[in-house]
Amino acid sequence: MLGRLRALAARLLAPAQLDAEMDEELRSHVQLRADDLERTGLDRREAERRARIEFGGHLRFKEEARAQLGGTFWETLGQDLRFATRMLRRSPSFTLVAVITLALTIGANVVVIAALNSIVLRPLNVPRAESLYSIHRVRDNSSGQSYLNFRDLRERQQSFEDIAGYDIEPAGLESDGDPIRVWLFAVTGNYFDVLGIRPHLGRFFHDSDEHGPNSAPYMVLSYNCWKNRFHEDRGIVGRTVRLNKHPYTVIGVTPPGFIGTLIFASPDLFVPIVNQEQVVGVNRLDQRIGRAAIFMVFGHLKAGVTTAQAAAEFTSQSAWLAKAYPKENAAETYKIRRPNLYGDHVGKPMRAFLTALLLLAGLILLAACANLGSLFAARASDRSRELALRLALGAARSRVLRQLFTEAILVSLVGGVLGLGAAAVLLRAISTWRPFPQFPMNIPIVPDAAVCGVTLLLAVASGLAFGAVPVRQVLRTDPYGTLKSGTIGDARKRITIRDILLVAQIAICAVLVTASLVSIRGLGRSLSGRYGIEPKGTMVMSTVLGMAGYRGESIPEMQKRMVEAMEAIPGVTAAGLVDCVPLTTSDVNGAPVFKDETTELRPDNSAEKPLFFEISPGYFGAAGTALLLGRSFTWDDGPQAPPVAVVNQEFSRRLFGSPDAALGRFFKRRLGTRTQVVGIVEDGKYENLTESLKPVVFVPALQSPSAEMSVIVRGAPAAGGSGDPQALAVAMRTKLRELDPGLPCFIQPWTTAMGLVLFPSRMAAMALGILGVMAALLAITGIFGLAAYTVSRRLKELGIRLALGADGRDVLRAALARPLQLLAWGSALGLVLGVLASGVLASVVYEAGSRDPLVVAGVAVVMLLLGLLATWVPAQRALSADPLVLLREE
Amino acid sequence: MPGEAQLLQGTLDLLILKAVSLGRLHGYGILLRIGQISGQALLVEQGALYPALFRLVRQGLLKASWGTSENNRRAKFYELTPAGRGRLREEAAGWNRLATAIAAVLAARPSEA
Repeated sequence: MLGRLRALAARLLAPAQLDAEMDEELRSHVQLRADDLERTGLDRREAERRARIEFGGHLRFKEEARAQLGGTFWETLGQDLRFATRMLRRSPSFTLVAVITLALTIGANVVVIAALNSIVLRPLNVPRAESLYSIHRVRDNSSGQSYLNFRDLRERQQSFEDIAGYDIEPAGLESDGDPIRVWLFAVTGNYFDVLGIRPHLGRFFHDSDEHGPNSAPYMVLSYNCWKNRFHEDRGIVGRTVRLNKHPYTVIGVTPPGFIGTLIFASPDLFVPIVNQEQVVGVNRLDQRIGRAAIFMVFGHLKAGVTTAQAAAEFTSQSAWLAKAYPKENAAETYKIRRPNLYGDHVGKPMRAFLTALLLLAGLILLAACANLGSLFAARASDRSRELALRLALGAARSRVLRQLFTEAILVSLVGGVLGLGAAAVLLRAISTWRPFPQFPMNIPIVPDAAVCGVTLLLAVASGLAFGAVPVRQVLRTDPYGTLKSGTIGDARKRITIRDILLVAQIAICAVLVTASLVSIRGLGRSLSGRYGIEPKGTMVMSTVLGMAGYRGESIPEMQKRMVEAMEAIPGVTAAGLVDCVPLTTSDVNGAPVFKDETTELRPDNSAEKPLFFEISPGYFGAAGTALLLGRSFTWDDGPQAPPVAVVNQEFSRRLFGSPDAALGRFFKRRLGTRTQVVGIVEDGKYENLTESLKPVVFVPALQSPSAEMSVIVRGAPAAGGSGDPQALAVAMRTKLRELDPGLPCFIQPWTTAMGLVLFPSRMAAMALGILGVMAALLAITGIFGLAAYTVSRRLKELGIRLALGADGRDVLRAALARPLQLLAWGSALGLVLGVLASGVLASVVYEAGSRDPLVVAGVAVVMLLLGLLATWVPAQRALSADPLVLLREE
Repeated sequence: MPGEAQLLQGTLDLLILKAVSLGRLHGYGILLRIGQISGQALLVEQGALYPALFRLVRQGLLKASWGTSENNRRAKFYELTPAGRGRLREEAAGWNRLATAIAAVLAARPSEA
């Protein structure tokens, strides 16, 4: 082995020298022989001539000797490549179909793999990302904490080097000119120290900069914000800008490539959380209750501490907190996860979705390989004369196979490179695409070296896979028989490997068509469903009054004026406030409620934990939620009036048994407030479309003011409301300007705002739709290939049949029965598999019922159409077979 | 040539190894030695020798080095490596077994059958 390696190395390193040596040895042999001949009496010239003749073909021996040296790999490869290129160029349509098929399917795989790599696999761009973890509740994946609980946890915990926390908030930033809406992280002072990153410019703030509420008006810009909004002005450090009307000093810029501690939300700037009141509008720094202050808690695990140990520690810390502050805390179980995708909250569905997509993309590639395999097999049998000739002339079978493999891999590599290129272009478009303009979502999906490597592997593997299909055929080739009869033996009666491949491929295609139909139908249903709201024809205006410096009493006052102003717009039928617009966020506040008779208000004594919406009068009308019993709120339900609530049916059922029983009854809220149920509204969907029935409480915004409110405005269908949303938006903006010109706002149709909630099913439908179309294309080429091939091989027979008076139907049956039979088998198989597999889809796509007769019928129709489309041309050809022409040809 | 025996497939390697085992030889010398020890019964085609030699070198059974022949010509000399010596022993034993068996078969008489 070593000797062989050395010989190979020598051959690769100094081929010329080796050649020269071989020449010299052969020459020396001839000389020695000539010497002997000379001794028998011949003269020197004659002796040399005789010696050369005796030796025989100099070159041939050299070639053989060279082959023995084992160095011909590259030379053979070169020959094979040249030959393969020639062969492929000779059949350009075959090559084109093969390369495009591969480019599409490998490209699809690259996109999915790159997405998986960038979103799920790649760590955050911070030092020592491998030990960076966030702390989540097992119950709901939340990582939120109240500020005081966070302080205690930070003080007491032992598992992490240190823990930091942050909150994500929108804010209005003024440097010069109008305020712009930005997203910021309100972070604990140790945020940058825990991450261990160095500023690109200036400095970061630290624990030592925090001296109580609003004591640290410092701001760190993200690199992207500095680049895009401040044009890389190095003089920015030390300058004062205004954030929600408060002066802040820019002290530094984060390094490029750092996009915060969540992959899907990159903030424009960072401010200390101690300034929460100015930034968020409310001060929660002195609260222990709830978890709104801090969105996520994270840190570097100490060396040697496992995630399980850390989770156990936080679970016991939580038990301690529940004991020390029973009114505010319940004991929770914790788990330690990666911060990238907010632990399992986004991470789990995202991983599941991308893995499913990867599986489907893999299936597509498999189908493409099956397709190309049968193409290559058909080609090999069409080339059987050439192959047989080569075998008859003494080529080893291994050599012929090697040549065929070289051809297959060449095709797959070209396809792979094209696919990679196409994927890179597509990914660049996806990376700059911002599906939710109101959120700072920015995920750069770039195919890196690893992705390129995987692509190459995929290409080579698929080349090997479909190149292997004709192997058996070549190995079985009898060169003499083939040369005599023309093609490799007739496979009409038996089930050939090509048939199996075609059935497999059509089955895969049918699975994908089923999946895409299921998801599209699910999406259609989720768009037309009834969710206890009617988003069509409404606009949502989001404002954060805190951004414009509103405080305390002025907030509800301004909100009332906003609603009244909106109602005054001609054509508007209703307007109302809500703190969290249903179906636009999965971040609705939940809080425990207690039965009226409960006296000890500990979290574990609570009767229910419903979602709370703070609304103004007019909200139900604007949202299109039907009031079933009792009354809605009025502007008289203010802070001085008795606390009241409107609840949904589910809440009334769970707490009081039935809606009728609930009306007029009381329940207690967390701080002991006795609240009376004054109205019952219909159930609906609140956070996402796949959720099960949830209990919900609506409370008057006047009784619990919040600075962050959205106004929902419903336009009359006739009066331009739903007809022209843009005109309504302009009118709303004008009205708001009249009230307060400095208040930043964001207006969009409710249906658009629902994009976030519909995003998973939309993405699923889109991805599956694309894959389904690709699968359909593959099925068409597959069936077309087989039908065309069958027809061309039996053209003579069909022509004779036609000439002898067979009618077109018989001929068609003879020509196309087989491909259509295979199509039927494959479709049936795929449909069954697809229906079975679609259960998985149900988790992503709302109402994705795969046992839907419409879907089954749809798949059958699609497959039938594909079959018709694919066999159309071969059928025409079979029918037009002219026996005279065909007989003359041979 | 009636005196020449057909060279059995696979026996060329054995002949070469045996010839070289008797002393360091160049390619032409190997041909001569095989002819000489077989009483000119076995003649190896000149050009066929070299692929075999390269193969044996590659397998590490022979070692090659340049030197000068008895009549002062530069030539490449071959000698056995320890591995080559082992291989020669194996092949010779195998060959002898085969030859004995074939001889026994040929010596069989009808009565013994």
